[in-house]
Amino acid sequence: MSILRRNNVRVTGRAAGRTVVLAHGFGCDQNMWRLVEPVLAENFRVVLFDYVGAGRSDLSAWREERYRELDGYARDVLEVCEELDLRDAVLVGHSVSAMVGVLARAAAPERIGSLVMVCPSPYYLDEDGYRGGFSAEDIDELLESLESNYLGWSAAMAPVIMGNPDRPELGEELTNSFCATDPGIARVFARTTFLSDSREDLRSVTAPTLILECEQDVIAPREVGAYVHSAIPGSRLVTLAATGHCPQLSAPEATASAISAFVSDLGR
Amino acid sequence: MNAGKGGPGGGVPGTDAAFSALLEDSAEDLYESAPCGYLSTLMDGTIAKINATLLGWLGLSRDQVVGRMRFGDLLTVGGKLYHETHFAPLLRMQGHLGGIALEMRTATGSRLPVLVTSTVKKTDGGEPLLIRTTVFDATDRRAYEEELLRARRAADEARRQAEAERERLHEALAVLQHSLLPAALPDIPGMETACYYHTASASRLGGDFYDLFPLGGDRFAFFLGDVCGKGPQAAALTSLTRYTLRAAALHDPDPVANLSILNTVLLDRYTGDDPRYCTAVAGVLERAGDAVHVHLASGGHPPALVLRGDGRVEHLSTRGGMLIGVLPSAQFVPARTTLHPGDTLLLYTDGLTEARTGDNRELYGDEALESFAAGLAPARPRRVVEALTGLLHGFGDGLDDDTALLALGLPSRTDRTGRTDTGSTTSA
Repeated sequence: MSILRRNNVRVTGRAAGRTVVLAHGFGCDQNMWRLVEPVLAENFRVVLFDYVGAGRSDLSAWREERYRELDGYARDVLEVCEELDLRDAVLVGHSVSAMVGVLARAAAPERIGSLVMVCPSPYYLDEDGYRGGFSAEDIDELLESLESNYLGWSAAMAPVIMGNPDRPELGEELTNSFCATDPGIARVFARTTFLSDSREDLRSVTAPTLILECEQDVIAPREVGAYVHSAIPGSRLVTLAATGHCPQLSAPEATASAISAFVSDLGR
Repeated sequence: MNAGKGGPGGGVPGTDAAFSALLEDSAEDLYESAPCGYLSTLMDGTIAKINATLLGWLGLSRDQVVGRMRFGDLLTVGGKLYHETHFAPLLRMQGHLGGIALEMRTATGSRLPVLVTSTVKKTDGGEPLLIRTTVFDATDRRAYEEELLRARRAADEARRQAEAERERLHEALAVLQHSLLPAALPDIPGMETACYYHTASASRLGGDFYDLFPLGGDRFAFFLGDVCGKGPQAAALTSLTRYTLRAAALHDPDPVANLSILNTVLLDRYTGDDPRYCTAVAGVLERAGDAVHVHLASGGHPPALVLRGDGRVEHLSTRGGMLIGVLPSAQFVPARTTLHPGDTLLLYTDGLTEARTGDNRELYGDEALESFAAGLAPARPRRVVEALTGLLHGFGDGLDDDTALLALGLPSRTDRTGRTDTGSTTSA
């Protein structure tokens, strides 16, 4: 199975433009980008993919040993970059993928030239002198709810996709794939996401970096955005007039134009 | 019913009043006191309207909630995360989302499992305006799901344990099975040996056995046999038989004496209503210059075959040898032969000759085996075992018993000059 099929890679946009790779976060897949992708595609070459275990990736390639570490996800990114032989690409990572991007950039700076972090959080736990937004009890409860809720988690999502008369473009091709995560895989991804501490990794980021945060985000609060901004020298922080953890859906225009402005400023 | 006359219930005394009462049920009251929770939020999640039912479930007052809390604030941490990563994105995309399991946090800190359905209300211009949400108490459903989950975990655990148990049993069986057969045949200078073993039992514990071992000097002892029955009981008998014959041969090389000792041991061990017996050929090989003298004895076992270097096939008659372990005064019949270069001695169990073949499922039989051997001869031991293994595989499901083959021979002079290997071959 080729990497392109394994990760359900899709390449769109202006072939001559700078390459922008869009990496989805926990809980969904590349469809997360569907509202910003057309805007970015006007000026850039856009690469979309699903991590193994998500969306329409090859689930048979999923191995717990690999995907219980953020490194495993970073290897997915790198393998996609290698397969397409990308040079100096912009990696746009949503949520946990922002930290995956840091790891991928460190491993292959020639392939990933700059980073856009959408609602990033290097560490979710509150600690002395750091506010991640979640107490240890919160995280326990969260993981436990993933453990106990998997009937709803898996069964509730699939039927939702079917029959959607208002949005015919979300037609059959999405049935059972969008956000309908295998519960076992979702549990491993959640553990990796919420128990990883990537704060140290931020300090070594030398790439031009744009941080996008929302005014209100229960998963990555403003303090975390400020932390990431101060930890990465020379980074740019933009606060979007949006709520929630997914500005690419709640404020797609603002998100796309912030990314476009950053990428255009990179020059060349 | 008076369907034809007037309004609903027209003509039936009392129903008019009932329907009037229903009409008194204002939309406002229906909203506030509905048997499910209602709330409306702005697109950023801020709660703009909530009904009394849901406030009651949550133990919150309207003032605490409206304009102050977002929908996510009503949820547990797990619920919040699910809402942010699945619910809200899907709702944005689709405008509608139904039957999603979430958990709410009440004022007392307890959790309320709910099923949530949301619809985005849009302006005439198609801009999203607000989100309308209904909330159903799913406590009972959640309890039921948890029961299912518990049952599933218990089943998973039981399956894991059963697999581990099976694995342990498998290992124990493998150890036992190895104790029944030699791991490899010993090298005998100047001779070639080959063997084959097939077990029909699912537990892979067979009732056939063979062995070949040094007695010191130029002498080696061998035996091959078949105990009654299959599976674990047969294996226990096999074990006793094998170690008895080994010990007896080391003590006294006379094959008839060895079978007699085995007879005594079996009679002593299996008494009363559990008689157990076996058939066996046991013998000794003794080097004499270029040749090897074979002295063997049989108790109830099919005759050994000798494939001569000149192409003839002889069977070593041991007619009259009796089953071992049945009668205290059992007679065992000796036979002698000498192997010259090019000769091969073949021992086999009746799994081979009693296999069912052809459309009529007839026994393969002694004569067929002799002609098959005649077709092969002259042939060195490896070639003989190879050819017979192919024959056995050809029987398919007609081979329903354990089968053992042991071939011992002296390579012909041309074999010896043409080829250097004289080691043993085990095909199993």
